[in-house]
Amino acid sequence: MVRSMSEWKFTSKEFTQIPEKFASGHRACAGCGPAVALRLIMKAARGPIIATNATGCMEVVSTIYPYTSWNIPWIHTAFETAAANAAGIESAIKILRKKGRIKDEHVDVVAFAGDGGTFDIGFQALSGAVERGHDFLYVLYDNEAYMNTGIQRSGGTPHGAWTTTSPAGKVIPGKAEHKKPIADIMVAHEMPYVATANIAYWKDLVVKARKGMEVNGPAFLHTFAPCPRGWRSETGKSVEIARLATETCVFPLWEAEYGEYKLSSPSKVIALKPEKKKPVDVYLKTQGRFRHLFKPENKQVLEDIQSEVDRRWQKLLKACDMA
Amino acid sequence: MAKVEQKTVPLNGDNAVALAVKQCDVDVVAAYPITPQTIIVEKFSEYVADGEVDTAFVCVESEHTAMACSITASATGARVFTATASAGLALMHEMLGVASGCRAPIVMSVVNRALSAPINIHCDHSDAMSERDIGWLQIYAENSQEAYDSIIQAFKIAENLDVILPTMVGLDGFVLSHTLENVEVLPDQAVKNFVGTRQVPQVMNHKGDIVPFKLDPANPLTIGPLDLHDYYFEHKRQQEESMRKALEVIKKVHADYAKLSGRSYGNGLVEAYKLDDAEIAVVCIGSTAGTVKTVVDELREKGIKAGLLRLRTFRPLPVEDIVSNLAGKKAVAVMDRACSFGGNGGPLFHEIRHSVYDLADRPQLVNYIYGLGGRDIPPKLINRIYSTLQKIAQTGQVDKPIQFLGLRE
Ligand SMILES: Cc1ncc(C[n+]2csc(CCOP(=O)(O)OP(=O)(O)O)c2C)c(N)n1
Ligand code: SF4
Ligand SMILES: [Mg+2]
Repeated sequence: MVRSMSEWKFTSKEFTQIPEKFASGHRACAGCGPAVALRLIMKAARGPIIATNATGCMEVVSTIYPYTSWNIPWIHTAFETAAANAAGIESAIKILRKKGRIKDEHVDVVAFAGDGGTFDIGFQALSGAVERGHDFLYVLYDNEAYMNTGIQRSGGTPHGAWTTTSPAGKVIPGKAEHKKPIADIMVAHEMPYVATANIAYWKDLVVKARKGMEVNGPAFLHTFAPCPRGWRSETGKSVEIARLATETCVFPLWEAEYGEYKLSSPSKVIALKPEKKKPVDVYLKTQGRFRHLFKPENKQVLEDIQSEVDRRWQKLLKACDMA
Repeated sequence: MAKVEQKTVPLNGDNAVALAVKQCDVDVVAAYPITPQTIIVEKFSEYVADGEVDTAFVCVESEHTAMACSITASATGARVFTATASAGLALMHEMLGVASGCRAPIVMSVVNRALSAPINIHCDHSDAMSERDIGWLQIYAENSQEAYDSIIQAFKIAENLDVILPTMVGLDGFVLSHTLENVEVLPDQAVKNFVGTRQVPQVMNHKGDIVPFKLDPANPLTIGPLDLHDYYFEHKRQQEESMRKALEVIKKVHADYAKLSGRSYGNGLVEAYKLDDAEIAVVCIGSTAGTVKTVVDELREKGIKAGLLRLRTFRPLPVEDIVSNLAGKKAVAVMDRACSFGGNGGPLFHEIRHSVYDLADRPQLVNYIYGLGGRDIPPKLINRIYSTLQKIAQTGQVDKPIQFLGLRE
């Protein structure tokens, strides 16, 4: 069932020359990881493309009427509807092409949504669209909280993190629960293509985005994208922090074609040389949202985070036949 | 347009709707089943499975998705239909406003059913009345024939470039949806010619270019952006403007359709029944009008000057037609199959009383809330309304302006 994909080869120079489909001038904060993700992913487009966006930071910063950053057709309807929107566009394109009312040979459909729009409120629509097998790429840009509304926790917020609805209080030290393994849940849909990506590994990210567009049927791309505003991190360090997430195995990089897991090189390196795996504190220390965890009384939380990261990493290695 | 020959087919309301949709060459149908609308989705699935339609049928996982999917399919340039009822319509609520705000001319049949709780599958209008202000046109059918005719007209109205707004066609749950009736059916080709292919307007994009209003890779357009205090209000004003224009469009489409089919329903906005010389009148919506007409006939035989005004179009509200038809009447009863809890009467009553307020010779008005959760509305109850109207007409006195009809009290 696994089919080989993307023959796409390019040099860095060629990549920079691809016209921008997500133009600058938008209102994202300095150091915004999701804005980097969107720009890169749009450069991976292989031809005519239509995008849709869930409500959230990226929708809000890119389309303040009468301005727009989108040099392609783009639509927003609501917070929980990214996948449903894509389903409607894809269905319309198919039938209109059949009826001769659309001339384009192929139009790719890409849906963008944040962690709130994916792990939480939009999950039903996503699961339904994937089950129905619509041909679209769903990009989850994961900044690990509801940033647009002021940093509230989501199912994608990591254990121990401070958010405004999981404050670091006197009794409860940040978010009590671990992150929902959303990409694995998508793999369990037996869908053609699921991958994790990270703005720190841009080439890996854009190739995966291209694959997700090329695949026939639904594709899911879980993209790690720091938010300096919500993570209380330095605006100049977003890429560095993102890289640490993969180096600590907090956010490993992999692909799964029809359920067959395969590590991507940044994580494969660690699998082959386990001594390269960094402890989670080096990652956590870069962000104010974890600051309270370094108080002596919260030592246990730090240990829990490390052991959960280790447990999930081992599970992933098993799935990749590398344990 | 000359009248065409038609076939008489026994159909229930749901099947009549499904057949009309089939004939309208719809591009995308995204729908979710709910009693008493289910037959529409089932029947349409059969058309798809048997290759009788050229339609992308998206059998979605919820009504919320049905509407989201419908909006973006419509924005891609497709003709779109969906259907729902009650809880399904309520679940769509958020997306209904997005549909009208995004100017997506979706046609939806709403098989009117009570809202939970307690859960009840039978007819009333509380589902659609709860969406009164959401920016959709609302047309209500009296019988299955009209449901069929209205669906066909609805595509032409919704997609008219002066309108471009989503349109609901209401039909009463079970009373119409599940009741067999002889329906005159137009030939496929006649319907196809009548509705034509979906057109989209030209709009200015962010670069100042004039482009078709749709998601088209050749002409990039941003639809559904963040729109704040500097422009949102103007966009809402435009929506209201289009609603006003819809009044004329509904009448025109209705008149054209009448030439083709030989059938008409008043002027398309309201239907007046024996109202000209009437002194007392009932105003109602939907299938109840059929029963009221029978009662009016009986009363007329007794020499009582009774009449009926049926509102076929509730949104946009045909204020002028309401005013001109009710001016000079002595007493008018407004029948509401929905309750506006804590309000001053039902939703239809609000509109009617408000519309006639400026008349120097405005009638005395009384409101009847009736038929909630499918409670039967037999002729004897309607007779009771007319008796009360006679008394009001004689005394000029309204004892109880808001009453509940046909329940234990
Ligand atoms: C139905 C609904 N509920 C709540 C909101 C408010 N809201 C808008 S965006 C948002 C959070 C978005 O979070 P996420 O998806 O993670 O995207 P981000 O802003 O972080 O990019 C919320 C709660 C809404 N717009 N719609
Ligand atoms: S709050 Fe975060 S995600 Fe939102 S624009 Fe700013 S940096 Fe980007
Ligand atoms: Mg987020």
